[in-house]
Amino acid sequence: MNWKHGIISAIVLIAVWQLTVTLTGVASFILPSPLRVANALWHSRALIAEHAWVTLAEVILGLIIGSILGIVTAINLATSSTARAILRPILVFSQAIPVFALAPLLTLWFGYGMGSKIIMAVMIIYFPVASAFFDGLMKTPSGYLDLAQTMAATQSRELWHIRMRAAMPSLGSGLRLAAVYAPIGAVIGEWVGASKGLGYLMLLANGRVKTDLLFATLIVLAVLTVCLHLCVDILARRLAKDH
Amino acid sequence: MIAAPSITFSGAAEFSGAPLFDNITLEIKGGEWTCLLGPSGVGKTTVLRIIAGLDSAVNFRGKIISSDGKTLQNRTAYMAQNDLLFPWLTLLDNVCIGATLRGDHVEKTRAIEMISRVGLAGHEGKKPSQLSGGQRQRGALARTLMEDRPVILLDEPFSALDAKTRADMQELAAELLTDRTVLLVTHDPAEAARLSHQAIVMHSTGLQHIDMPATPPVRGIDDPQTLATQGKMLKILREGPQ
Repeated sequence: MNWKHGIISAIVLIAVWQLTVTLTGVASFILPSPLRVANALWHSRALIAEHAWVTLAEVILGLIIGSILGIVTAINLATSSTARAILRPILVFSQAIPVFALAPLLTLWFGYGMGSKIIMAVMIIYFPVASAFFDGLMKTPSGYLDLAQTMAATQSRELWHIRMRAAMPSLGSGLRLAAVYAPIGAVIGEWVGASKGLGYLMLLANGRVKTDLLFATLIVLAVLTVCLHLCVDILARRLAKDH
Repeated sequence: MIAAPSITFSGAAEFSGAPLFDNITLEIKGGEWTCLLGPSGVGKTTVLRIIAGLDSAVNFRGKIISSDGKTLQNRTAYMAQNDLLFPWLTLLDNVCIGATLRGDHVEKTRAIEMISRVGLAGHEGKKPSQLSGGQRQRGALARTLMEDRPVILLDEPFSALDAKTRADMQELAAELLTDRTVLLVTHDPAEAARLSHQAIVMHSTGLQHIDMPATPPVRGIDDPQTLATQGKMLKILREGPQ
């Protein structure tokens, strides 16, 4: 995405938003104007930042742990037919359970702190990462494997030097998805039960009819997600370099 | 390098219950170039893959005997139509990949020498994407030489190259792979006529040996005998066994 296009889109969106508020005369607790939201963002910046740090920490930790677990699972599935036979049905079945439905249970088990939110983020990104990387590991060009076989490559070296390297673009795709999903997991966890985080702050603002603060928090969350996506996108491009 | 053995390949193969080839015996002479020609789908590549010990979709019943009585495992090097250079590695690392994959000591000095022998000196640090098609195939040849195997299996390695590059590569490969047992699978009668000590056309009914010119390979592209042999092969390919 070109950054100039992004700025133009944002200006158009804000203009439409302001126009809607002006033309309909809607009450500010239903839909605050962009100016009111900017005002709330500025005046509550310390409060929002305090909660944003918590959410960001949950998301990043969730992303790291979930990605590592996804990568390890993919390697196990790709190298062991026994693992495939046992784990695959479990993985597919686990996807039939909406992770969101488990949020109350996770809060019950792991408490109101960051732990339950990190686990939510981990659970939501684990499958896309594992699935994308596994797919890449199973699609190594057959010519590469033929060459490795005639060169008497050891299985572990073939995996490390060829299959994993060839699967890097697929891993990058999985990580891109994970960067978008992880904040959703963390925020849903915060909605169900938390004392900190942007999700908690949004609920709090909503309950007190501080709709401008709710919008300001939402915007910060969106900006965080976009920044995270951009960072992961840079990483994914590096992984896919030369492919 | 140890002496290159002769190989006798004999047997039958079937694909999904239907015979692909039936009781053929292919004699690949030691230290010489044998070209295997034939129409698509006749099983040329399958023969090569079976000798290389690679997975093929067919059920093969038969045997592969080498003249020195040893197994061919770890004694063959393989070059395909695609150069199979790993795009994320430099040319030097690609040439060394065999040792890397086996966990052996990587002989960089020898690899640089091989790269120089194929005419790519100075390109060691380049990625395959920075090389032309011909240069990449030279890189693949350097990697094959680096393996230093007595038996070389070539599956149409020059077919994707333009005419000039192809002719250059044929000469370079013939020069550098002298005294090795080479099996070249090709669609191109001109290539077979230039490079073969013996050329064999594979038909669905069996193998047909072609009389080769008395001159040794590599033969000139405009040599009358080579051109006549090329014409004869093309006729056989078009009209079937004669």
